[in-house]
Amino acid sequence: MSDLTLTKKDFTSDQEVRWCPGCGDYSILSTMQAYLPELGIARENIVFISGIGCSSRFPYYLNTFGMHSVHGRAPAIASGLAIARPDLTVFVITGDGDALSIGGNHLIHALRRNVELKILLFNNRIYGLTKGQYSPTSEAGKITKSTPLGSLDTPFNPISLALGAEASFVARTVDSDRKHLTETLRAATAHKGSALIEIYQNCPIFNDGAFDAVKDSDTKEATLLQMIDGQPIKSSKFGVIQKGATFEVVELSSVDESQLVIHDSHNPDPSYAFALSRLSGSELTHVPVGVFRDVARPGYSSLVHGQLDEIIKSQGKGDLSKLLSGNDTWVVA
Amino acid sequence: MSKPVVTLNSVVIRFAGDSGDGMQLTGDRFTMDTASLGNDLITLPNYPAEIRAPQGTLLGVSSFQLHFADHHVRSPGDAPDVLVAMNPAALKANIKDMPRGATIIVDKDEFIPRNLTKVGYETNPLEDGSLDSFHVHAVPLTSMTVGALSELSLTRKEAERSKNMFALGILTWMYHRPTEATEKFLTAKFANKPEILQANLLAYRTGWNYGETTEDFANSFEVAPTKMPAGKYRNISGNAALALGLIAAGEKSGLQIFLGSYPITPASDILHELSKQKKFNIITFQAEDEIAAVGAALGASYGGALGITSTSGPGVALKSEMIGLGVMLELPLIIIDVQRGGPSTGLPTKTEQADLLQVMYGRNGESPAVVLACSTPSDSFEMAFEAVRIATTYRVPVFLLSDGYIANGSEPWRIPDEASLPKINVEFAKTQEDFLPYLRDPKTLARPWAIPGTPGIEHRIGGIEKADKTGAISYDPANHDFMVRTRQAKIDGIEIPDLIVDDPTGDAEVLILGWGSSYGPIATAVEVLRANGENIAHAQLRYINPFPKNLGEILNKYQRVLLPEMNLGQLGMMLRAKYLKDIVGFNVVRGLPFSTNELVEAAMGVLHV
Repeated sequence: MSDLTLTKKDFTSDQEVRWCPGCGDYSILSTMQAYLPELGIARENIVFISGIGCSSRFPYYLNTFGMHSVHGRAPAIASGLAIARPDLTVFVITGDGDALSIGGNHLIHALRRNVELKILLFNNRIYGLTKGQYSPTSEAGKITKSTPLGSLDTPFNPISLALGAEASFVARTVDSDRKHLTETLRAATAHKGSALIEIYQNCPIFNDGAFDAVKDSDTKEATLLQMIDGQPIKSSKFGVIQKGATFEVVELSSVDESQLVIHDSHNPDPSYAFALSRLSGSELTHVPVGVFRDVARPGYSSLVHGQLDEIIKSQGKGDLSKLLSGNDTWVVA
Repeated sequence: MSKPVVTLNSVVIRFAGDSGDGMQLTGDRFTMDTASLGNDLITLPNYPAEIRAPQGTLLGVSSFQLHFADHHVRSPGDAPDVLVAMNPAALKANIKDMPRGATIIVDKDEFIPRNLTKVGYETNPLEDGSLDSFHVHAVPLTSMTVGALSELSLTRKEAERSKNMFALGILTWMYHRPTEATEKFLTAKFANKPEILQANLLAYRTGWNYGETTEDFANSFEVAPTKMPAGKYRNISGNAALALGLIAAGEKSGLQIFLGSYPITPASDILHELSKQKKFNIITFQAEDEIAAVGAALGASYGGALGITSTSGPGVALKSEMIGLGVMLELPLIIIDVQRGGPSTGLPTKTEQADLLQVMYGRNGESPAVVLACSTPSDSFEMAFEAVRIATTYRVPVFLLSDGYIANGSEPWRIPDEASLPKINVEFAKTQEDFLPYLRDPKTLARPWAIPGTPGIEHRIGGIEKADKTGAISYDPANHDFMVRTRQAKIDGIEIPDLIVDDPTGDAEVLILGWGSSYGPIATAVEVLRANGENIAHAQLRYINPFPKNLGEILNKYQRVLLPEMNLGQLGMMLRAKYLKDIVGFNVVRGLPFSTNELVEAAMGVLHV
C-alpha cells in the first residue's frame, strides 16, 4: 500500500448519475468507488474505458481518467493504451451486447493476448439503451421487441467463451452482493494479465427479475455455488462432485462432504474451469460464483516492453542518421 | 575482342515472367545496380493479386519496369525498349506495349507446344514471323542455366530456379552495370544456403559471360550518369520512405511510435518496415482487425504516444467510426491509406486514387479530418513527417494518402541530413487547478493533450457531444452548432505551405493540376509538351484538406485547368464546389499510372480548343 489516503468521495465525479432508478449499475458503481481507495493507486494512474450501452456511462461517474468510446471497441482502445502505458491501471467497462455481440472479436483477442486489462462485463441479458431487444446472453425463446415470437438464438455462456479464448482470469459475481463483488475486484486487480469479471446485473426496466434466483434472499443461498480456493464447491443445499470427465451438482444430503470437489482456481488445466462454467446456463438453477480461473501468464504489455528493452540492450538505441542512409548508397559530387 | 558500345540517353526495360520466376527480385537488383551507377530512375512493379497463379498462364504474369536515363526521369516510361519474357505468357501479356524495333529477350526453352497452347498461341511466335519487327534474342535460358550448374548437386528443378539470375547477368553485361552489389546481395541473402548461393552466383556470372561472348548480342549499351544535385543517395520505395518519415518524426518529436495495423495489400510493407526498427523504441501491434488497429492507435495516442494506423481503402471503410471518435476526442491520429483499385476488394495490387472522397467525407456527421497526399516515392518521407507535425500540433486525425504506384515504385532519394530535420514540439497538459479539457489554444484551436498519469487533470471524454471548454456531455443545440463549426474551423486554419506553380513563362493559359502520385507522369508529359513548343503550367497538390490558401487564386489565374485523376473526378468535384471554377477532368481507372502519351494528348485537347 502506498501512503495515499483517498476515500470513496475522491473517486466520485461531479457528474449526475443518469441510470434508471433501481438499475443494478448503481450498486456496481458504488462498490467500485468504495473499493478504489483500497487499491492504493493514485487517481491519475487509473483509466476506465467503456464502449456503448447503459453500463458504458460508468466512466463519467468516476473521478479518474476515463473514455466513453465506440460500441464494442473498448478492449481495442484499452489495449493500445495499456500497451503504450504499462504504468497505468486500465479497466474496461462493457455489457453483454457491447462485449459479446458487436465487440466479440476484440474481447477474445484481448483475453488471448493477456493484455493487462480488468474487464467488467455487466450482463443484464438485454439491450437496455436501445429499449429492449434480446442480447447474445438472452435465453432462447425470449420474447422481446425484436423477437415477438421468441428468440431463436442460442445464448453465449460468457465464462465458457472467455475460457475458450485462453483467458488467464475469469470470475462471476452479482451486482447487489457488495462484499462478493469487492472480493472479486480485489482478486482481479491482483492478477497480472487480463481479468474478465461477469457481473449479473438487473435491468429493472426491460428485463426485471432476470436474476431473482441469485439475488432473492430465500433462493440465493441454495442457488449460488460458492467457489472458494481450498474449499468444497457448494451452496447451502447443493454441492459439486466429479462424475467421469465432468462435474455434477448433487444435493448435499446425498453425498459425504469429502466427495465434493475442492476448488482450485489456479488449476493449470482450463478444462477444470470450463467444466465448472457448464454447471449453469440460462436457467440459473445452480450458479457457480467466484473465481473460475486464475493462472499466471506473462501480460502482453510486459512482453512488448521486454522485447523493446532487449533489442535496445543488444543492438543499442536506433541511430536515425544510419537508418536514413541504409546499406546501399552512392554519392554524387 | 570487346564489342562496340552504343551510348543511349534513356532506357526502359521490362522484366516479365511467371509470378514464381523472381521477376520482382530481378528488377530490384537491376534497379539497385543502376542507381549505384548514378542514373536517375523510376520503377513500376506490376504483379497479380494471387501469390502463385496457375503456372504459365496470362493471369500469373508478373512484371517489373524500370526507366533509367542520363537525365532526370519522373515516370516509369510508356513503352519499354527491352522486354525480358521468361515464357510465352509473359510475351503475350506484354507484346502489345512494345514499340516496333524494341528488343525482346525470351527463354527459348519455354516456347514448347504445351506452354504455347496454354496461352492461345497457335504457332510459335519465335518462328512464325509475328515478331519480325522486333530484335528478338531467343536464348535457351533454362537449359543454359541447368548446364552451367551441372557441377552442383542440385535437382533440375532447383537449378532452373536460378534462370532469373542468368537473365539478370545478360542484362547487366548489356548495360554495363556493376556486378559487385548483386553478388554481395546474393551472398547475404543465401548465407545459410551455400548450394543455392553457388547456383545463383554461377548463373549470374554465366549470364554475363554469355552476353560478352555470344554473337547473338552485337552491341552493349552505356547510359551516362544523370547530373543530380550533390549529396548521398539511395534508392527508395514509397512505403519504405513513408516508414522512415514516421520514424524520423518520432525521433524529432520525442514521442513513442505506436503502429496499430492489420495486414492489407499494398500497405503491409509499412507494418513490416516499422516492425524491423524496434530499436527506435517503436511499438507495432498487429491487431485482430482494422477496427482494433485504429482503436489501439487511438488508445495509445490518448496515453501520449504517436498513434498511427496503416491500411488501404477497404480498411479505411472499417475504421471510419473510430476515426470519427478521433475527430470528437481531438487527439493526434495518423491514418495511412495506400490506395488500391476499388470498390470492395477491387484490384488489390493495382493503383488508383479513388479513396479521396471516402477519406474526406466517409464518416457520419460533420467529421472533418486533415488529408495529405504523397506525390512521389521519396516525397512520402516528407509527407509522413508533415502528417506527424500537423497531427501533434493541432491534435487531429490526419489521413496520409499514398497508392500502389508510389508505394511499390522506387526512385533515387537524396538522403536528408538528420540534423536538418526540424524538431516537432509536443506539449502535454500539466497539473493545474480547474482543468478544462476542451479549452482551446486561441491560435491553433487545439485542445490540450491531457494524458493519464498527470495528477489533478483527471477528466472524462467520449464520443458524445462535448460542452465547449469543460468537455462535459452536452445536448445543448447551440453548443452542438458551435462545436461542429469549431472542429471545422480548426482544420481550415491549419498552417500549410502555399501551392507552387511550375509556369516558366508566367503567362501560360492552361494549368495542368494533379494531386498525389500523378506528379511524375504529369511532369513528364509537361516536359514533352514544352519541348514541342507548348506553353503549359503544372501544379501538384499534396495538401487537400485544408487546401493551400492560394489555390483559389491560382485556379482563377488560368483560363483552363486540366485535372488528371485515377478516379472518375473526385478532386474535380471538390474544386468545383469550393471555387466555382470549371475543371476539365481527365479520368482513367485502369489500375496503372497515367502514360505520358495519354496525358500529352489530353493536354493538347485543352491547349487547342
